[in-house]
Amino acid sequence: MPTKIEKDEISGQQTTGHEWDGIKELDTPMPKWWVYTFYATIVFSAVYFVLFPSVPFVNSYFGGILGYNQREDVARRIEEAAAEQAPFMRRIAAATLEEIRGNPELLTYAQIGGRIAFNNNCAPCHQVGGAGARGYPNLADDDWLWGGRLEDIHQTIQYGIRNSDDRSRQSAMPRYGADRILDQRQIGDVAEYVLSLSGRAEDAERAARGAQVFAEQCVACHGERGEGNRELGAPNLTNAIWLYGGDRRSIVETIHNARNGAMPAWEGRLDAATIKMLSVYVHALGGGE
Amino acid sequence: MKAAADEREHEDIVAAGRPKVVETPAGPLYASRVRIYPRGVSGFYRNIKWAVLALCLAVYYVTPWIRFDRGPGAPDQAVLLDITNARGYFFWIEIWPQEIYYLTGLLLIGAVGLFLVSSLFGRLWCGYTCPQTVWTDLFMLVERWIEGERHQRMRLDRAPLSAAKFARKSAKHAAWLLISLTTGGAWIFYFNDAPTTMVEVLTGQSSLKLYFFVGLFTATTYVLAGFAREQVCTYMCPWPRFQAAMLDEQTLTVTYQAWRGEPRGKHKQGDSWEGRGDCVDCRACIAVCPTGIDIRDGMQLECIGCGLCIDACNDIMGKVGRPRELITFATLASQAERAKGHEAPYRLVRPRTIIYATMLAVVAGAMLAALLMRADVTLTVIRDRLPLFVTLSDGSIRNGYTLKIGNKAHEEREFRVRFDGAAAAGAEISLGEAAGVSGESVAVRADSVGTVRVYARLERAAVKAESLPVDIVLLDRTGREVARERTVFRGPAGRP
Repeated sequence: MPTKIEKDEISGQQTTGHEWDGIKELDTPMPKWWVYTFYATIVFSAVYFVLFPSVPFVNSYFGGILGYNQREDVARRIEEAAAEQAPFMRRIAAATLEEIRGNPELLTYAQIGGRIAFNNNCAPCHQVGGAGARGYPNLADDDWLWGGRLEDIHQTIQYGIRNSDDRSRQSAMPRYGADRILDQRQIGDVAEYVLSLSGRAEDAERAARGAQVFAEQCVACHGERGEGNRELGAPNLTNAIWLYGGDRRSIVETIHNARNGAMPAWEGRLDAATIKMLSVYVHALGGGE
Repeated sequence: MKAAADEREHEDIVAAGRPKVVETPAGPLYASRVRIYPRGVSGFYRNIKWAVLALCLAVYYVTPWIRFDRGPGAPDQAVLLDITNARGYFFWIEIWPQEIYYLTGLLLIGAVGLFLVSSLFGRLWCGYTCPQTVWTDLFMLVERWIEGERHQRMRLDRAPLSAAKFARKSAKHAAWLLISLTTGGAWIFYFNDAPTTMVEVLTGQSSLKLYFFVGLFTATTYVLAGFAREQVCTYMCPWPRFQAAMLDEQTLTVTYQAWRGEPRGKHKQGDSWEGRGDCVDCRACIAVCPTGIDIRDGMQLECIGCGLCIDACNDIMGKVGRPRELITFATLASQAERAKGHEAPYRLVRPRTIIYATMLAVVAGAMLAALLMRADVTLTVIRDRLPLFVTLSDGSIRNGYTLKIGNKAHEEREFRVRFDGAAAAGAEISLGEAAGVSGESVAVRADSVGTVRVYARLERAAVKAESLPVDIVLLDRTGREVARERTVFRGPAGRP
């Protein structure tokens, strides 16, 4: 600390007493507008401290005398949005699926609302846009395990597939290999026959043997020509769409262990109107019947 | 020649070695503003300035009230920037937000036009048409009416506060605020329907937002035209700073003809004019200057080129019986010639003006072409990315597209969708279920954007590559193509 205030000879400005190689630092005051702005920010922060949540305590915090709370703010905005949507949601809840389809206003609302609900709830398995993945059906194609009409889709979403709800869609394929119903050779034969249904068999003799096993074990669900059965969620084995893979290895694995994919019931998790909107959205993804 | 160059170099070295003389500022570097009390003046340029002022104010206040019938469902205001509904209207032109480049074009035309005018005639914009100039001039007029002429105003400001002074000052500020309020009030009419907004604002039914903007523009008008004045031009406005780049020695500027005026000095009636200049050092040019400068010091940043000093000087020259136009609009080049006694013609056509004029013509031409070829249908194609493509049960491949169809007409229109291109031959097209879709056609409401899903299906054998270029074409009811957009049809990797 310089005890004596030193003035710079040339400018007459007082110095800070700091010197580097003969160059002295001038103690030029801050511009007034800057200093006053700085003081204003201090005043602002003091006022802010009192008005808004500021000081943290151990288990709580000082909430500010305005009582403002961001969580409550968000909750209020969500409530406001819900209140705005309520008239539409009531109309959709009251309307039948066909009535929604027939009303341009409700159809547009349901398609947009359905898309949002789908992305929030269904996309983790079925992917955005219903693209599907191995084990999770593509909802944009024209192949439906349990039916692709609006009411079929609605029922599937509402009650789910192979879950603990009694009203869910139920069926089970036996584990032909794991439970020793068929031996390895027979499973190979059936797989060859299944490949032949979509014209891809390599060994006609083996496929013929497999056809006999198929007739005994599989036709009950998959039909005489492997065309499937929507009542039982049994897939069509003759077309180009394979939920778990259509190569020989995947088919053998399916026969050996069975698959029996499950889907939760959405009734109770989502309200009735949302389930209807989801049905309309999924139906319009491109494969609706 | 070489010897001379060597000597110069030697001089430089000697100069560099000498100790520098440091000039120390005598006082603080900050200088307070000196208040300017411009005197009233009359004359040719003042009359032009009044006329331009009246025209500019008239255009500003009247424009929002011009009606223009666009049919039902559309506003009937000729010039309207409808922020809420995201539409801009200018007589028969209607623009959507995505056509904001029209505004860019307009600004470009404005900028290049300003360049051209500046390089031809100097700071006409600053001196006559700039809103800062127009409103400051208006405020000074009011000031003169209420507080009197230059000397009276100076005396009033020096006088101690009295009832009379308070009354005059209050009257002036009240008048200024009233003008500011009507200025701020008129501004919002450009963004809202003028007649209804006028009633709402006056009856207190308008939104807080509108009152805020009225207040904001009232405040800026009051502060900028009442107090900031020439400081806006000198310190705030960027235009005078880079305007120098447009000016050259052939540009008209307000010029004190020093060759004629110097040496200046007081002149008594009857004295000889021999051996002296015409300038009688009456300082009339300084008294009338709205930015308070002495034009006799030559071209200056502060000079806005209004020419009021010319009127003031002409008046004096008339009185002392010397030729007018001692101060005049002239070019640097012509001054240099006239100082030598030659006449110098004013050259309008110069490379600079040719370049600016060409630029102006190009930009204006491009704008006009864009406007004439403006499509009233827009098509945006959003390809599905998830799923990229769908394999259907018969093995064929289907792609989904979302079309956004903008119908800029004031009537509902029906469109049909076609796929075009070699790859799209044999494609089976279907429209997704949506409001407005019936069978093969989709209806889009007037002046809005409609959304429709389109599916295209190709046999697996026809999908010969992962990505096939296709065009999506929009046909109107008569089968005429109104929009086309290039996109692709995606399929699985590998040959079928």
